[in-house]
Amino acid sequence: MSNATTGPYNLTGVTPDTGLKVGQSDESGPVLAADGTSLKSSLNRALRKQKMRALLLIAPLLFFILVTFIYPIGEMLFRSVENQIVGETLPRTVVELADWDADVTDVPDAPVFSALTKDLMVAVEEKNHTRLGSRLNYELSGVSSLFRKSGRGVDDFGEVYTDQFVALDPAWEDPATFIAIFAGERWLTANAAYDGEGPRPTFRLAPGVEDVLPETARMYADFARVVQVEDDDNPAEEDPWNAVYLALYEDLSAGAVIPADFPQAALLTQAQDAVATFDTEDLRAQFVEIDEDWADREVWRIIQGYSAPYTAGYFLNAVDLQQTPDGVAWRPENQQIYITLFIRTMIMSTAITLACILLGYPVAWLMANLPARQANLLMILVLLPFWTSLLVRTSAWKVMLQREGVINDLLVWIGIVADDNRLALINNATGTIIAMTHILLPFMILPLYSVMKTIPVSYTRAAKSLGATNWTAFWRVYFPQSVPGIGAGSILVFILAIGYYITPEIVGGTKGVFISNRIAYHISSSLNWGLAAALGAILLVIVLALYWAYDRIVGIDNVKLGG
Amino acid sequence: MAAAFNPTAGKPLRPFLTFALPLLLAFGAILGFIGGQAAGLGPAAGTLVGMVVAAVLAFVLPRYLPQQTGRWTATGICGVLGLLAGGLAGFIGGVILGALLGWAVYWLTTGNYRRGVPVYATSGQTLWHNAFKFICGTIFFFLIAPIVTVIPLSFNAENFFTFTPGMLALDPEAYSLRHYRDFFTNDAWLQPLKNSLIIAPLATIISVTLGTLAAIGLSQSHVPARRAIMAILISPMIVPLIISATGMFFFYSQMGLWMEEYLGLSKDLTGYIKVVLAHAALGIPFVIITVTATLVGFDQSLTRAAANMGAGPAKTFFKIQMPLILPGVISGGLFAFITSFDEVVVVLFVGAAAQKTLPWQMFTGLREQISPTILAVATVLVCVSICLLTVVELLRRRSERLRGMSPG
Repeated sequence: MSNATTGPYNLTGVTPDTGLKVGQSDESGPVLAADGTSLKSSLNRALRKQKMRALLLIAPLLFFILVTFIYPIGEMLFRSVENQIVGETLPRTVVELADWDADVTDVPDAPVFSALTKDLMVAVEEKNHTRLGSRLNYELSGVSSLFRKSGRGVDDFGEVYTDQFVALDPAWEDPATFIAIFAGERWLTANAAYDGEGPRPTFRLAPGVEDVLPETARMYADFARVVQVEDDDNPAEEDPWNAVYLALYEDLSAGAVIPADFPQAALLTQAQDAVATFDTEDLRAQFVEIDEDWADREVWRIIQGYSAPYTAGYFLNAVDLQQTPDGVAWRPENQQIYITLFIRTMIMSTAITLACILLGYPVAWLMANLPARQANLLMILVLLPFWTSLLVRTSAWKVMLQREGVINDLLVWIGIVADDNRLALINNATGTIIAMTHILLPFMILPLYSVMKTIPVSYTRAAKSLGATNWTAFWRVYFPQSVPGIGAGSILVFILAIGYYITPEIVGGTKGVFISNRIAYHISSSLNWGLAAALGAILLVIVLALYWAYDRIVGIDNVKLGG
Repeated sequence: MAAAFNPTAGKPLRPFLTFALPLLLAFGAILGFIGGQAAGLGPAAGTLVGMVVAAVLAFVLPRYLPQQTGRWTATGICGVLGLLAGGLAGFIGGVILGALLGWAVYWLTTGNYRRGVPVYATSGQTLWHNAFKFICGTIFFFLIAPIVTVIPLSFNAENFFTFTPGMLALDPEAYSLRHYRDFFTNDAWLQPLKNSLIIAPLATIISVTLGTLAAIGLSQSHVPARRAIMAILISPMIVPLIISATGMFFFYSQMGLWMEEYLGLSKDLTGYIKVVLAHAALGIPFVIITVTATLVGFDQSLTRAAANMGAGPAKTFFKIQMPLILPGVISGGLFAFITSFDEVVVVLFVGAAAQKTLPWQMFTGLREQISPTILAVATVLVCVSICLLTVVELLRRRSERLRGMSPG
């Protein structure tokens, strides 16, 4: 039962035809949506919702790729310029060395050697000195053994001071003396309560001690940290290193002011009075005695030159350059390998691309001009290699190309090649080019085919009917239309080729390897990761430039797989 | 312009003598040379025999026998010659050479060589047409030969990588399944096989799930920064593997330590997680590309219709959209699977020995202790790829038929 007051025309609130009713009424105003809000904002809201939904669907994958792919690559790029190892391993030396001018003095002054003693002591205990040695060895050969040798002797440096302090007062021999001076209150309590479970409480210096004895405090903190972390021992029970005594000697003779309420003030004041008469030790002579290279200006120059946290050194190295006192210069002839390797990679990739065009073009043309059924059959012959494992194809080529392999056997058997003069088809550039042309050929045929499929036959026919010869009709009419396919295929093949690693490694020998093989070598064998990263960065730039060109020519969305 | 010499059919001798006969003699000489080498007659004798046989067949066959019978006859004659010269293997070789010769005789004399060119084509054009076909055939041979060669070699009874004399003589003793036995019993191969079968499916699941969702998102009409997003998602395919591997090497070694230390996972488990995640990232572009390509043909009004009839987004997705784009999803998944299953460089850098996959083992095998078991593995993998290829082709044809793009 209805009545007029509740009929459809008297309803208040939003109904599906509100917009219609408003539109029919004479009131002018913005066009309204069904719910009475303005159409514009309503559409905007819908659009925003749609955008949000699309982004939400994309977000997980985008996040995944950004974290597990883009970030690692960024990190790799960072590694190619990062050089914190020198500054981190030799913090004191780097600071002391900053003012040294290689053109004025041959070898730095005593403070540098003192700093080096302390830094090296920490580095040896943390087993970092060999890492630093191999890092600097990339720049100057011989540094690696220099650091290794010095690492074995450095813990005796400064012993003169230790002996004299102990002779002055046996209390200096007691670890408790140092703990009383340097250890912070909270650490002492925590360390006393430590029961062997979990990590040891981190050592903290007592407040104020750094102002009084800066060098010694820093050295002792290093000592305590190393003892805790590396040896898992209690610093309160370990004898400090000689380097700690050395630092103490330096602090005291530099005129440290010992406040009266300082722990062990009496002991320290007594020592301070005595240090003036202490026998000293020529650390520089000690170092030079271990290895003469410490008196070599070049070594110091390298340490100074690579002390900044970032370096272009790896990139220079990657293009056969090096940093010399006179600026950037070429490396010695016998060490120049990377430019050659880059050029070889480029030349061989170009050769492979050309071979792919040469072999792929006729096949693609044939398939594009055959009836669908036959073309599909031939397509299977192209797709089978495409789907076959890379390793299978590489092993097949190894089998085919070896000295005792199928091709050589066949040639010998037919009598074209003498048995004792078999062709060297593998472990050289020939092997790499043959195998990689085979492996990459489908990547040329597929884009070529998809472009040729769209070229109307009638154009060529029209050209011929207008009097063109077969060659002219092909070269002037058909070929220009197939150029986008050649472009797409070439860039694809080229990009894939310059980054290849597996196939050149197996069939390339030494003459047929690419820059990738060198990158892999630096990652897994020589452990020169910075150089590997720099080489990778250069390769990446080349590929991205090509990729950009590919996008301009074909568009990424047009990448097709399997026809 | 058929060039058979057959006066009764009004075919004169001259074109036969100037065209078909010289070509057949040359062809016979080549085949005879090969046959002679194989049978040990020496090059001169082989060539001569080949030419004589070719001349006789060229004169006799087209004149007296219909094509089918004639070709069988040629095959038979050469087979018998081969049998006399070199036993069973010689017989098979002779049959092959005979079949070729018989085909050539009729192809040249009946004018079949002009099939495929217009009647008005000049001889030069005909020659080019056939030469072109021959070139294409050679290229297809180049594409397939290495893969096909591996298969018989994998049944080699010896530890050689080439055909032994016994194999060429078709001696059953020279063939064996020992390399397959080695593959399926040796732990050095079984563990990698198991690892591959664990890693590849898991990586595929991750890439397909995330990739399909993202592809659906990307196919919506208004996506901000669509090109940039697409470029990022496709990047694992574009960046050379060695660079991806280098980057991942640094990243995953830190991540592995972190997982072991803070999540308390075992070393093995973290190893698998690392490799699976790395492979998933590599497989994603393939899923994105195939699924977006499928979604281009998907009628968006269907989802609106479903929503109109009261289906929620989840139900619309699983009941309407998913079944329609499933072929694309499956072929994307297969691409992702094969990417992971074939991948060596990244697993070499990211994985530990416990995660050694099949391609990795093949790689070390090829580099260090080269063993013919690799060929057995290769044959098995070829069979796997044939299966995958078949599935992808069937899916592709089905979707083309559904979209009415294919005539068949």
